[in-house]
Amino acid sequence: MSINMTILGQIISFVIFVLICMKYVWPPLTAALAERQKKIAEGLDAADKAARDLEAAQQSVEAELQESKARAAELIEQANKRASQIIDEAKTAAQSESDRIKAAAQAEIEQEVNRAKEALRAQVATLAVTGAEKILGASVDMNNHQELVDKLAAEL
Amino acid sequence: MASGTLTSSEYITHHLTNLTYGNHPEKGWVFASNGQEASEMGFMAINVDSMIWSVGLGILFVWLFSRVAKKATTGVPGGMQNFIEMIVEFVDDNVKSVFHHKNSMIAPMALTIFVWVFLMNLMDLIPVDWIPHAAYLAGIEYMKIVPSTDLNITLGLSLAVFVLIIFYSIQQKGISGFLAELSLQPLGKWALPFNLFLELVGLLAKPISLALRLFGNMYAGEMIFILIALLPFWAQFLLSVPWALFHILVITLQAFIFMVLSIVYLAMAHDHH
Repeated sequence: MSINMTILGQIISFVIFVLICMKYVWPPLTAALAERQKKIAEGLDAADKAARDLEAAQQSVEAELQESKARAAELIEQANKRASQIIDEAKTAAQSESDRIKAAAQAEIEQEVNRAKEALRAQVATLAVTGAEKILGASVDMNNHQELVDKLAAEL
Repeated sequence: MASGTLTSSEYITHHLTNLTYGNHPEKGWVFASNGQEASEMGFMAINVDSMIWSVGLGILFVWLFSRVAKKATTGVPGGMQNFIEMIVEFVDDNVKSVFHHKNSMIAPMALTIFVWVFLMNLMDLIPVDWIPHAAYLAGIEYMKIVPSTDLNITLGLSLAVFVLIIFYSIQQKGISGFLAELSLQPLGKWALPFNLFLELVGLLAKPISLALRLFGNMYAGEMIFILIALLPFWAQFLLSVPWALFHILVITLQAFIFMVLSIVYLAMAHDHH
């Protein structure tokens, strides 16, 4: 239990162990710890950023959606308008076409009627002359009574 | 027990005697055959068992820690690395909370003290007869396996810290600053001898209290283990298990106290008054 050289041995070994610890133990371990701390901090930052990005993206999606909804509504309205416009146009066109066809038919009918009248008139003249001949018992000189016959025919 | 023929006091003495190699005045350089011869050797002797266990445990410490440090990953640490990092962070927290100057030596030194002293104290938990008896069978008479129950070991540590205290005091404040600190307070320059006496006592009390506190606690704990080992075996179990459990606290606490006080003393050496 006496003090002896062990004390020197202990001091020397203490110094050596502290030096080894300073060189090979402490720096790498604390460096690793600091590095990991940094990594974790970065990771948390990245997670935060990702969350913010997500929120922003959601917001932009929302806005985009709103916009496209509005645009779709607008397009539908436009289409509706255009459709009714087309229908109106078609209606008008059909109307005018039918009018035109009707007018043409009318004109043709008129023409036909006139032509029939003309034919009738001509025949009436002949019939009148024939009738008169029969009544008078003599032939009516077509040349002498042309004026009369024409007048009759025009009156029909 | 090493031998059935020993009396209780011989058994205790045997367990508290170091294996000492030294220069005996009459026999020359030999292993001391008993405690008296060891003390007759005076300073020119070395406690071989203390030295072997102390250095061995120190090597275990640096081997374990540098192995982990070399492979230290910044990713997810494995079990061993986690454990080592826990200790390192614990020591680092303590150093940072006490020591506010810039000195890259303090934290590694604190780690060395904490782990090394803890390992030396831990030897106390090995049943007192195992290794000494094995050594006895191998022909070695004495084998004290707890280095921190050797005053040389604890005093060696505390003197190293003491040298560092003096060194950093002078480095930080200069010789004149250090001398002024020793002589001009607490009562001013008119009470210089008194101040000097007071401060020197305070200064010397640091390493001595550091060494004696650790030594005393460990020596007492070891003594109780030895006394328990003298009891019948059923009582040994009943007493040594609770005492060992309690002693786990003591050995950790003593290692912690040694570390913290070393940091505090060195922080005081850095502080300017």
